[in-house]
This record gives sequence, C-alpha cells and structure tokens, in this order.
Amino acid sequence: MSSAPAIETSGLVKVFGATRAVDGIDLTVPEAAVYGILGPNGAGKTTFVRMLATLLRPDGGHGTVFGRDIVGDAALVRRQVSLTGQYASIDEDLTGTENLVLLGRLLGHGKTAARRRAGELLDAFGLTAAADRQVKHYSGGMRRRIDIAASIISTPRLLFLDEPTTGLDPRSRNQVWDIVRVIVAQGTTVLLTTQYLDEADHLAGRIAVIDHGTVIAEGTPGELKSSVGAGSVRVRLRRAEQRAQAERVLAAELGTEVHFDADPVALTARIAGGESGRGAAEHASRALARLAQDGITVDDFSLGQPSLDEVFLALTDRKENRA
Amino acid sequence: MTSTSNASSAERADADGDTPVADNLGAVLATGEPPNAPSAWSASVTFAWRAMLKIKHVPEQLFDVTAFPVIMTLMFTYLFGGALAGSPEEYLQYLLPGVLVMSVAMITMYTGVGLNADIQKGVFDRFRTLPIWRPSALVGAVIGDVCRYSLASVVIIVLGLALGYRPGGGVLGVLAGVGLLLVFSFAFSWIWTLLGLLLRSERSVMGVSAMVLFPLSFLSNVFVDPRTMPSWLQGFVDVNPIAHLVAAVRGALSGQWDGSATLWMFVSAGIILAIFGPLTMRRYNRK
Repeated sequence: MSSAPAIETSGLVKVFGATRAVDGIDLTVPEAAVYGILGPNGAGKTTFVRMLATLLRPDGGHGTVFGRDIVGDAALVRRQVSLTGQYASIDEDLTGTENLVLLGRLLGHGKTAARRRAGELLDAFGLTAAADRQVKHYSGGMRRRIDIAASIISTPRLLFLDEPTTGLDPRSRNQVWDIVRVIVAQGTTVLLTTQYLDEADHLAGRIAVIDHGTVIAEGTPGELKSSVGAGSVRVRLRRAEQRAQAERVLAAELGTEVHFDADPVALTARIAGGESGRGAAEHASRALARLAQDGITVDDFSLGQPSLDEVFLALTDRKENRA
Repeated sequence: MTSTSNASSAERADADGDTPVADNLGAVLATGEPPNAPSAWSASVTFAWRAMLKIKHVPEQLFDVTAFPVIMTLMFTYLFGGALAGSPEEYLQYLLPGVLVMSVAMITMYTGVGLNADIQKGVFDRFRTLPIWRPSALVGAVIGDVCRYSLASVVIIVLGLALGYRPGGGVLGVLAGVGLLLVFSFAFSWIWTLLGLLLRSERSVMGVSAMVLFPLSFLSNVFVDPRTMPSWLQGFVDVNPIAHLVAAVRGALSGQWDGSATLWMFVSAGIILAIFGPLTMRRYNRK
C-alpha cells in the first residue's frame, strides 16, 4: 500500500453542462513532496482537486489516492486527505477555538483532547490572541492560517491546498509558504494549486500546467523552464544615453528581442535556445564583451533563467500571441 | 464583504506580535495514528453543538422562534375569538394547541433556508471530506433546530397560560403534547432540508416552503372544527398530516388522549422521514 503513488489519475473528466471543466487528466503525484498544479482562473484546477477530495464524482476516467479509488473507496480516501479550499473552509460565525474544537471532535478526539489540540495549533499558528474572536473578523492571512491549522488537526497523508495564497499580502504569503514547508518536511504530500508561478517555483518539486481542463506540460520547474528557452541577460549601464546604442549591440549579437526596463539605465535581452551548441552564459559573456568594445560602460549584469511566468505564457498563448 | 473597520481591527490583531514560528509548527504536527472516527451519534451531537454555537453568536436568529409565535397567538386569539367562540378566552382553549402546531410547523421551514445559506459556504466542503457518517451534518442541524422549536413551544404555552389557557392534561399533558410536536417536526424538517439542497437561493426556498405550508396549516383543524367545512375540504383535512398532529397535540394538552390521531401522526412522521431523509442524503452526497 505504501508503494502506491499519492495520486494517480487516468483520463479524469468532469463535465458541467456544455463545459468540459476537466477534460481527461492523467497525472501521477509521488508521495511526500509538494506537487504544483498551475493554471489560470477557470482552467479546471479546483474541479480536479474536488474530484480527488471525493467532493465531486468524476464523469469519466478514474483516480486513486494512495491506491484507493476516489469513487469506490471514497470513505477510505477521506481518512487520508484534508482539504483547504479556495474559499475558507471554516465557519466564519464561530471563533477560532470553536472551529478547531468542532473539527477535532469530528475527527474523533474527546472533548479535552480536542480543546488541547486546538490550543496547541492556535499557539503554533500565532493565533492565540484571536482565539476567541469570530473568524469573520480575521484578516486574510489569519484566515488562511486557521484554515490550514484545521487541516492538520490530525496530520493527513495528503493535503490539498487550493490556491492558499490568493489575495494575501507578501508577508502572509511567506508565512503560508513556511507552514507548507514544515508540513511537507514531516512527510505529508501536498497538492498545491496556484495561479502564481513564483509560488509553484518556490514550493513545488514537480509542476503540472493545466489549461482548458487538460495538462499542457509537466515536469520539474527546471525542465519546464528549459523547454521554453535558455533565459535572459539583464544589463545596467552607467549612462542612460547609451541605452539605445546598447540595444543595437545586444540585438545584433544575440539575435533576439531586447526590452527596455522601467529603470532608465537597464535593459533585458532574451537568449535564444542552444541551437548553436553554446550555453547561455557563453552567449551572455560574448555580448558583454561587445558592449565593452563599443565603449558602453556596464555597471552590473545578471543572468536569469526564464521565469515561470514566461514559461506559462509561452505554453498557454502559443497560438494567440505569435502574430 | 468585510468592512474597513473589520479589516483594520484584524490588522491590529496581526500586529499584536502574534506571528507563527515555524519551529513550533514542526512540534505541533500530530504523530501516530489519528483517533478512530466518531460514531454517527457523536458526530450528529457535535453538529448540533455547532448549531447552538451559531445561536450564541447570532442571537438575532431566535427572533423567528420568539416574536413570531407571540404575534400568531395574539393575532388569531383576538381576531377570531369573538366571532368563533363568543370570546377570545373561550376560543383560546381550542386555538392554543392549533396555533402551537402551526407556529412550529411554519418555523420548520427555516431549517431549509438556514441549510441553503450554510451549505453555500466552504465549510461544508470540509465536513464532506471528513471520515464521518455523512448524514450527521444534517441530522445535527435538525437536532439544533428541534431545540429552537422547543423554545417556540415554551413561548407559546407561557403566553397562553398568561392569557387564560388552562390545559386539562396538566404538566404531563403539556410535556407529552410538546413531545409529540417535536417528534413530528423533526421528521417534517427533512422536507425542507431537501428543498434547501435542491433550490438555488434562500429566497426560493422561502417561497416554495410558504406555498406548501400555508394550505397545510390553514386547511386543517387549527382554527375551526372541520365539521363546519364542505365535504371535499373535510376529505383533505382527513389526510392532512398537520391535522392529525393538531388533533394529537390538542388531545394530549386537554387530557383527552386521541389515540387514532396520535397513531396517524406517528405514521405520517415515519413516512415523511422515510421519503425525505434518503432523498436529502442522496442530494447532499451529489452536490
């Protein structure tokens, strides 16, 4: 039983009226890691997760969670998973403590054990001061934290986090990321859906990119990036008036588009893929040498992999944006 | 939407220096086997406790079980009393059990309205992924509502006593009568739970419920003796479960037990529960 992957789906389909929200997803998620599901709004991420969490019955294909069928063995699946939904899966009218005690009781803890557990979790999640306040008065970050706390009253083997940081400020987002890392370090598998590439990049060991209900790319963040292009070089000049000249040099040397950054002395050039057999760094150093030869002073430069944003746009807009 | 004042007070709380420490977090993650899942009964009681907590935090929702019964009792006693029985005091002896049943029957529809509002929220997603007896969330909500019905019953009976109602059955008769009413209301509520799950908005649940409840409660023996009605209407009253309930409750309160009405009340409660309970669960599992 422990040899089965955390999640395995084949041809999973869910249809709402005329929309095929999930249109045949095949995915294997290994145990004990963060697996990212990346996609824009309406791509089918939430529907996919809801099927795996036994909240929706698939219209086609099948899926297993730790080898248990999500339809036939739904009750066994529910013993192993926990869901933190896109909309807070907690009762806004109740206080933080009441929410956790309620769920602790429903998970089978006795009255005292449930109260103790609630206290421990509130403390660890930095919510002790707000413990007796109704959750509707919590800030967005506090809500997310109580929501995740509620998901780990009993440590699940598989935790679904559906867009856990949507709408959070950077500080709260970092707190959620820290929490996710600790949970994974304890051996829980996390299936994370997100629209933020940055988030998938930080947390996930593997990523599936979903659009229109199908998987359009799958792999490690590095694999996805290298499938799109080698990266880019960003250059900061000493004098803004040399920027136009620098642009011409870089365009000639690298043969790709060059963008002016918002900073008046900075510009970024993409580096084409490795057809010539040279590495990205080699391309970049040749270009920098040309700038020096032409008397353009470069104060600073950096070499970047393509961001997942670029990967994502390249994968999803391939047809539309290449006019 | 949260108002600005909420947001700012929340931010202040965040600034209390109350930030999570990842080191504590690792220690607090549970290790070892989770406890066994709770029994069906224990899960249902926990959900009933949730309903009580909601009343504690939003006491306004008791308005319908306090003010509404008072209005109903006063209105019908003084509106019809003189015309139908010579005086409001006379009429009250006949009306009170009826108005008790009618008020509580009307209040049962809030079960559907409340469930409809509740189930739209994310928290039900979590409940449905818990390894518990699935109907317990709904059974618990209905048990919580039965507490509300008891409160309404107490309000009406106390008001009735103050206005001069004298139950012949004494304390035991009153307790038995309210008991019958609560048993029936528990079963009856499942009609509204199904509606609450089927219909899209609270408003439509309200509309449909009222459409069912008005004929059921007015075309009965709540206000007048059915023998004064045309025969086709008597035919309806004879099969109206609310009418059986009123007869049974009236019998218990007056001390003149109506055996056949009581039996029919239990039969109709059983039938309603057997039909609407499973239909509700089917719908709940699919949503």
